[in-house]
Amino acid sequence: MPEPSRLWGEDLTLAYDQSVVSRDLQITIPDNSFTVIVGPNACGKSTLLRALSRMLKPSTGAVHLDGRLIGSYPSKEVARRLGLLPQSSIAPDGITVADLVARGRYPHQKFLKQWSRADEKVINEAMEATGVLDLAGRMVDELSGGQRQRVWLAMVLAQQTPLLLLDEPTTYLDIAHQMDVLDLCAELHHDRAYTLVAVLHDLNHACRYATHLIAMKDGRVAAEGDPADIVTEELVEEVFGMPVRVIPDPETGTPLVVPVDRGGRIARRAGAGGAQWGAAEGEEARSA
Amino acid sequence: MTLTPARSGTSPGAPAAGAPAPGGGRGTRSARVLRLAGGRLSFAVRPRTAAVYGALLAATAAVFAVSLSVGEYTIPLPRVLWALAGQGERLDLFFVRDVRLPRAWVAVLVGAGLGVAGGVFQSISRNPLGSPDIIGFTGGASTGAVAVILVLGGSMVQVSIGAMVGGVATAVLVYLLALKQGVQGYRLVLVGIGINALLLAVRDYLITRAELTEAMTAHIWMIGSLNASGWGEVIAVASAMAVLLPVILALGPRLRLMEMGEQAARGLGVPVQGTQVTAMLAASALTGAAIAVSGPIAFIALAAPQLVRRLARTDGTALFGAALMGALLLAAADLAAQHALAPTQLPVGVVTAVIGGSYLVWVLYREWRTGHA
Repeated sequence: MPEPSRLWGEDLTLAYDQSVVSRDLQITIPDNSFTVIVGPNACGKSTLLRALSRMLKPSTGAVHLDGRLIGSYPSKEVARRLGLLPQSSIAPDGITVADLVARGRYPHQKFLKQWSRADEKVINEAMEATGVLDLAGRMVDELSGGQRQRVWLAMVLAQQTPLLLLDEPTTYLDIAHQMDVLDLCAELHHDRAYTLVAVLHDLNHACRYATHLIAMKDGRVAAEGDPADIVTEELVEEVFGMPVRVIPDPETGTPLVVPVDRGGRIARRAGAGGAQWGAAEGEEARSA
Repeated sequence: MTLTPARSGTSPGAPAAGAPAPGGGRGTRSARVLRLAGGRLSFAVRPRTAAVYGALLAATAAVFAVSLSVGEYTIPLPRVLWALAGQGERLDLFFVRDVRLPRAWVAVLVGAGLGVAGGVFQSISRNPLGSPDIIGFTGGASTGAVAVILVLGGSMVQVSIGAMVGGVATAVLVYLLALKQGVQGYRLVLVGIGINALLLAVRDYLITRAELTEAMTAHIWMIGSLNASGWGEVIAVASAMAVLLPVILALGPRLRLMEMGEQAARGLGVPVQGTQVTAMLAASALTGAAIAVSGPIAFIALAAPQLVRRLARTDGTALFGAALMGALLLAAADLAAQHALAPTQLPVGVVTAVIGGSYLVWVLYREWRTGHA
C-alpha cells in the first residue's frame, strides 16, 4: 500500500490516563503543506499534535513517519526527521542565544564527535533564517518574548528536519510578533519547502497562512482542506458554536471570520458609520 | 590538536570568555572547537570552564598535599613526597601512607561523589535546593543506619549496608510518589521533604528507645565524620565511583537538555523517562556509597553544583565541575575540621554544616531577590 504522506495517523485513540480525547482519528499531513489545526479549547488539537510528535503514545492505532511506525525509530532518529516547538520551554539561566540554538544539534551529535565546524555552519544559518544572528552573544533571558520565540525556532531549525510541528507558536505574543512568527513560518514553507504543522488559536491567522486546514471539534475532524474551500459560516458555527460572518480578507482574499454583533449594541454605540456598514453588509450577505 | 575560534567575532553582551577575533560583531558562542585526531574527535570547549576546572584541580591538589603534611606530627612536603615513594623514616611512612593518605582520598572521593549526585538531583528537580539531603535520601539512609546500630547492634559494615538500603529505597519511593507523566521538579522536592520528615521522626523515635552508648554511636555517625577512614573505605568508595561516575557523566548532556522541559528534550530525541530513572538510581547509589563510609555529611551535595555553575558560568548543570568542587569543598572542610580547633578534632559534618548553612541563606536570598521563590 502506498503511504499517503510522510506523516500520517490511522485509527488513533488518544487518551490521558482514563479520559479519552479522540477516538478512531484518521489524519494525514500532506507533504509540503503548511497545515494548521484549529478548534475550540479542549477539542484535542494539542493532543493530536502531541501524538504526531510521539510525545503521547496512542492507546490504539498508530502514527507513521516516512513509511515506518514512529515508535519503531530510535528517539534520536525521529529527532533528525521531525522537529517540535513545544508550547513552553525553559531557557537555562545564563545561556546565550548561540548556545541555545546549538542545542538543536543534539540529534546529530555523536559520542566522540560532539561538535564540529559543520555544526557551526548550521546554527549560523538557523540564526540567519530567523533573524537572530545579531543577538547570538546575548543572554536569552534578556530578550523580549518575540525575540525569544525566534530563538526557539532557530533551535528547532538547527535540527535540520524538513518536517516541523509547532504547538501554539504565537501564544503570549503581541499582534506584531505573532505576525512576525507566522511570516517566518510562511517563508520556511514557501522558500525552503518545509512541511509545517501548527496548532493556532486565531482562526483568521489560520485562514491566512494555512494551505491545509484541519478543524477539530470534540476530538474528531469536523472538516479539512484548503481554507478557501472549507471555511464557511456554517462550519465555524458548527465547530465553535458561535454565529459569524465570513468575508474575503481585504488584504489577501482568504476567508476572514467576523463574529456577529449579537444584539447589535456595539454597532449602535459605534454610531451611524458602524451601523451603516453593518447594515449594508448584512443585507448583502442575506441576499447572497 | 588544534584550537580554532568557534565563531568569527564577539557580540556585545557576550561573556568575556571568548577571545575577540577579527570578523566583526556577529554570532558568538562562548566555546571553541577542540579537534583531535584529524577531526575524528571534536568537542566544544569553553575557555572559562576549562580555566575554572583547572583552578579547582590545582586547589584540590594543594589541599591534598597540605593535609598529608600537617598535624600533631608535621612532616615537611619534601619528606611527604619521599614517604609516598616508600622512602624515609618509619614514622613518616606510617603517618603519610597509613593515616593521612587514605583519609585525604576518602575526603576527595566522597566529596566528588556527593557533588555529582547533588548535580543530578538538582537537574532532575530543576531546583537549586534539590539534593539528596532535601529529597529524603539522607533521612532514609540515616534511619537505615540507626536501625542497624540500635536494633541489630551491627558492625560498621552492616551499618553501611543499612544506610545504602535505606537511602536507595527512600529515593525510589520518593520518585514513584512524585511520578505523574514524568517527574515535576517541585513535586519531587515537596514529596521528598515530607518523606524526609517522616523518616527523621522514625529515626528519632528509635534513638529515644536506645541505650546511651548506642545512641552516642548513632549520633556520631549521623553528624558525618572521616575519622575512621582507612584503605578499606578508600577501596569501597573508589570502586563505587569507578562504576557509577562514568554512567552519570555520560548522561550529562541529556540532563542538560531536560532542564529545558520534558517536551523540548524529547523533541530533540532524549529518552526522558529512562534518563531520569537511570540518573536517579546511579546518583542514589553513589550517595549511598559515600554516606556509607562517612555518614551523612551535610550540604556538599547542595552547594557544590551551584557554586561551580556560577564560577564557570555554564549553561546548565556541570556534573564534572560539581565533582571537582565537591572534592575541594570536602577536602578543605576536613582539613579545617582536623586542625581549626586542634587538638580537638571536629567531625567534618560540623564544618560543612556551618559552610552550608551560610550558603543556603545566600541561595534563598538570591532566589527571593530575583523573584523565583
